[in-house]
This record gives sequence, structure tokens and C-alpha cells, in this order.
Amino acid sequence: MPTFLGLHAQPSRPLQVMLALLPFIALVCVYLGVSEMRYRNNPADKVVPTLGKMAEGVNQVAFTEDKRTGKVLLWDDTLSSLKRLGTGIGCAAVLALLAGLNMGLFPGVRNLSLAFITFVSIIPPLAILPILFIVFGVEETAKVVLIFIGTFPMITRGVYLAARKIPTEQIFKALTLGASQFAVAYRIVLPQIMPCLIDSTRLSLGAAWLFLIASEAIASTDGLGYRIYLVRRYLAMDIIIPYVLWITLLGFLFDRLLQAWISKRYSWYLVTKE
Amino acid sequence: MNLSHRVSHVYKVVLVAMVLAAVFGMQCNGALAAQKHRIAWSHYTGWEPWAYAADSGILKKWADKYGIEIELVLVNDYVESINLYTGGQFDGCVMTNMDALTIPAVGGIDSTAVIVGDFSDGNDGIVVRNGTSVKDLKGRRVMLVELSVSHYLMARALEQSGLSERDVTTVNTSDADIAGLFLASKDPKAAVITWNPLLMQVRNAKGVNLVFDSSKIPGEIMDLMVVRTSAPDALKKALTGAWYETMAIMSGHSKTAKDAVQFMAKTAGGTEAEFRAQLRTTRMFYQAAEAVAFTKGPDVKKTMDYVRTFCFTHGLFGQGATSKDHVGVSFPDGSILGDPKNVKLRFEATYMEMAAGNAL
Repeated sequence: MPTFLGLHAQPSRPLQVMLALLPFIALVCVYLGVSEMRYRNNPADKVVPTLGKMAEGVNQVAFTEDKRTGKVLLWDDTLSSLKRLGTGIGCAAVLALLAGLNMGLFPGVRNLSLAFITFVSIIPPLAILPILFIVFGVEETAKVVLIFIGTFPMITRGVYLAARKIPTEQIFKALTLGASQFAVAYRIVLPQIMPCLIDSTRLSLGAAWLFLIASEAIASTDGLGYRIYLVRRYLAMDIIIPYVLWITLLGFLFDRLLQAWISKRYSWYLVTKE
Repeated sequence: MNLSHRVSHVYKVVLVAMVLAAVFGMQCNGALAAQKHRIAWSHYTGWEPWAYAADSGILKKWADKYGIEIELVLVNDYVESINLYTGGQFDGCVMTNMDALTIPAVGGIDSTAVIVGDFSDGNDGIVVRNGTSVKDLKGRRVMLVELSVSHYLMARALEQSGLSERDVTTVNTSDADIAGLFLASKDPKAAVITWNPLLMQVRNAKGVNLVFDSSKIPGEIMDLMVVRTSAPDALKKALTGAWYETMAIMSGHSKTAKDAVQFMAKTAGGTEAEFRAQLRTTRMFYQAAEAVAFTKGPDVKKTMDYVRTFCFTHGLFGQGATSKDHVGVSFPDGSILGDPKNVKLRFEATYMEMAAGNAL
């Protein structure tokens, strides 16, 4: 019986890697088995395309110019989507840093906005999506606003909690040494909560993708979510699956990138977390 | 590790194996329980009679007559209903001629259109704000469900007005939100293409005009009952019999006819007056003989050629299609459009003929 299931197990490094890979291998095997079975029943099956068909699909969307628009779809869609995602979550992060910081430090600001931000953060953004589209139109604004509304309150709350954790002694000391209130906020506290901002943003990225794709499904002319919903119209799983994998890869890369930023610039933060 | 630990590990493994077996077993069960036939439908004026046929017991009566069981399932999302049919969850599904070609047929599911129920005769339309003709679409952003019959309608309208698709920007808009978005839009150049009952909502707004509708391309958007060609005759006969009995009831003048229409209006989510207005822009084939004449006529072939050309040029045939002849479409006279070795969509008048001759 495998001992790695035990409470005191200490799997070796190779076993760790193997265990980590196992679910992926299982998933791929099940997929290949099912697609092979369906392919044998019906060579034109679109529901579970074989690897060969998916390769053709990838070739079509990632390396061939589209007949109608003359663009390479995957890159074009990625660019449009990333612009929306970047603008939305970028604005959310910057404003959340300012809001969270000031709420954490200044009681007046806190009294004014904490209850409100908490309230807004509980509204499910997808529920108000139709309203957003009606208010902001069917073009870019509504999509960016959705991502913003969906992520801003959460990041703000993360930053706020971090700012509250700054010891008051530190602040008093700075003030005693002659720092202005402005300097305390932006020279002393801000650098300390930066890694928390990055972490909160990182955790909000998943939600941001969800909002991006949801908004592109309702009304759009391009984007990753748009393409998935468009080709769903003729059940082109040979395009949908590679798109999903691509989105997953992008999400993974952003996550890694932000993590790398923290460990490079704010290695002290990682130490305190342990 | 002592014995009791080992035993508990064995249990774990067995448990996991059982869960896996159950998951795979369910799939196999779906294939085995074939005596019961499942038919999917979604809301549309021309398909509401199916709900009445099921609710009133007509469908059961005909299924009993042929010794089978038919379950009619409402799938609220139209595209999803066709996808489920293509994926193997249903034996039949209602759909338009264009979607029958691009989704199940291209997906390798040999399908037969046993009933041509109606064609859209104004049920699909183009509505523009501050404009009076299709030419006014030039340079505008047009909201529509891309690659649907709305897209086809637009292509035909533009073609007839000497414009091309390059003259407009299409905005893919989900049918669930399209009416709300158009009505709320502040864009003075807003334009939308949709179908009933949504069309009725948008065309009655202030300052808008209906500049084109499907009555200008009559017969090109057909609403069909499509079943797997491999499905037993009993199913095809039972469905056809139930449909024409329902048609006879709703086209009559009795109290039952009024009740039937009221029931359909209610399931469609509108008033009786609204539903009757939609019926006027739906060319229903109440008589099986009419449907037979239409299906056997030359127009169906001409339309399918238009449709497949549109589908191919819009990439709807997917990877591996090199020409519009990719899939074959057969007609009641035995002629075939496209690849004769890959016939996946069959227009069949046999069962409707039997209905017309009271032979069901």
C-alpha cells in the first residue's frame, strides 16, 4: 500500500513530482480515450476533438490569417482581451492602493468609506452586468468597468487590512521625527503595503478573467471570450479547448509574474509570511 | 504499516474505483436506454405547438400507437439544445435549416428533417434607428447573434442592396440581452437584427424602422423537426402524426383551437394577441400537403445552396472543409447538393406525405 497517503509521509522529490503530474496524466488519458471512442463512432465528431483536430484548430486560429478580416485571430483576440483586463485591473489596483491606504490610516476616511466599500464588495458584479451595459453602452467602457467593479472593492479591503496592521508606534515615531502626515502615508506606510497590494491583485485576477469573459459573451466584436462564445455557435470544440488552455496559461503566467515581483522587490514580506 | 491500515487503504482504492465506474457507467446507461426517445425543443413561435402536443397528451397518444415513449424536453437556450442533440443527448431537436446544416450535419450526425413546420415570413428582421433602408446600415455597428440566421438575413439584405459585410461592423450580442441593449442604447445610429418575440419588442420603440425582414426572402429560414436518420420509423411517424394533429387543432375555429393558441401564447411568455401577431409573420404549414409541396418544390434546393455558400464563406463548416460541397444535403427527389459520399442532412417528405394521406 502506498505510504504517501499517511499522516507522517515524507515523499521523496521524484515521488512528489510524480504525484503532482498524476492528475494531469489521468485527465489527458481520459480525454484521449473518450475522443478516440467518439472518433471511431463518428469521424466528424465535434464534441471531443482528437489531438490532431485540435492541432489543426490551433494552426487555423494562431498561425493562419483569417479569411474575412486578414488578422490572426488568437493574437488579435488576446490583445483586445488583455487591454480590457489590464485597464480594468490596473485602475482597480492603483485606486485600491490609495483607498485602502487612506482608509487604514485616517479615521475620517475610514468612517466615510469602509461601510460603503464593504457594501459594494458584496454586490455580485455579474448580477448588475445588464445594467452596466445599459449605462455604459456596448463598447469598451462597460467591459472595463465590470472588471473594475468586480475587483476594486476586494483589493481595497486587502490593502486596508494590511494598512491597519502597521504598528501605531511606527507612525508616532515618524511623526516625532518630524515627518508630515503625507510623508507617513506615502513614504512609510505605502512601501510596506505594496506586497499586500500585489498579493490581493494576484488573487483577484481569477475573478477579473471571469468578468472579462462574461462581458465579452454579452456584446462584443473581438476578444478571447467573444471567440469562445462565437464558435460555440457551431460547436467548434477544436477551437474552444485550445482557447481555454491559452487563457489558463496566461492566467498562470500573470500569477507567476506577480509572485516573482514580490520575491524580487519585497523578499522581507515573504519572510514575515512564513 | 499494520493490517488494519492496509485494509482501510484497500477500501479507499475500492471506493475510488467505484466512483470512477459509476461516472463511466452513467454514460453507457444513456446509450442503452434507447427505447425512450428524448426530443429537445426551445422557445420560438413556430415550435410552441410542440409544448401543446406534449401537454395535451397528443404526443403520448401517438407514441403509444407506435409502441414507443417520447419525452419532450425544453432546453431554454436554443444553441445549447442543438449542441446537446449533436452531442448525443437527444434523438431529435427543433432547429432551422441553417443550424441543421452547420451543427449536427457538419458534426457528422446523419440527420433527417422529418417535418418542415413553417418558414419565417417576417419573424426575423433588421431594425435601425434614424434610417429607412438597408443602405442606411453602411458604417454602422449592428447588434446581432453572429453566425445565426440573423447573420444570414443580414448577408442577404446587404447583398440585395448592393452592400457587403465589410460595410458594417457586427457586434455579437447574446439573444438574452439584445432587446434590452438596443432599447437602452443612446447611439443615434443603433441597429439590430433579431427574431420574434424580441423583434416585436424592438421594432415598436420610438424613432426606429424595420428596414428588412424575412418576408423579403420567403422560405429561406425554415423551422424543422430534425431527428437522427438512424432513429426508428416509429419515432418519425409518431412525431409527424402528433404534429399534424396539433396543426389541425390550432388552425380550427373551435373552442379547443382557441385554448390551444392561448396555451402556446402562455408558454411563449406573451399575450394571445402578441402570439397571434407572431403567427402572422410565421408561414405555418397547417396542412401536411402544403409542407410536402414546399419540401418537394425547387425553392428548398435553391435556398440550401444559398445557405451552404453563406456557411462556408463564414467558416461555419469548421476545419477541414475546403469547399461548400463539404457536406451533402439530400432532397426528396433523390438529388444531392454537395458531397454525395458525406450526406448528413436529409429533407424527407415520406412521413409528411403519409400524414397528408391519413396513412399514419
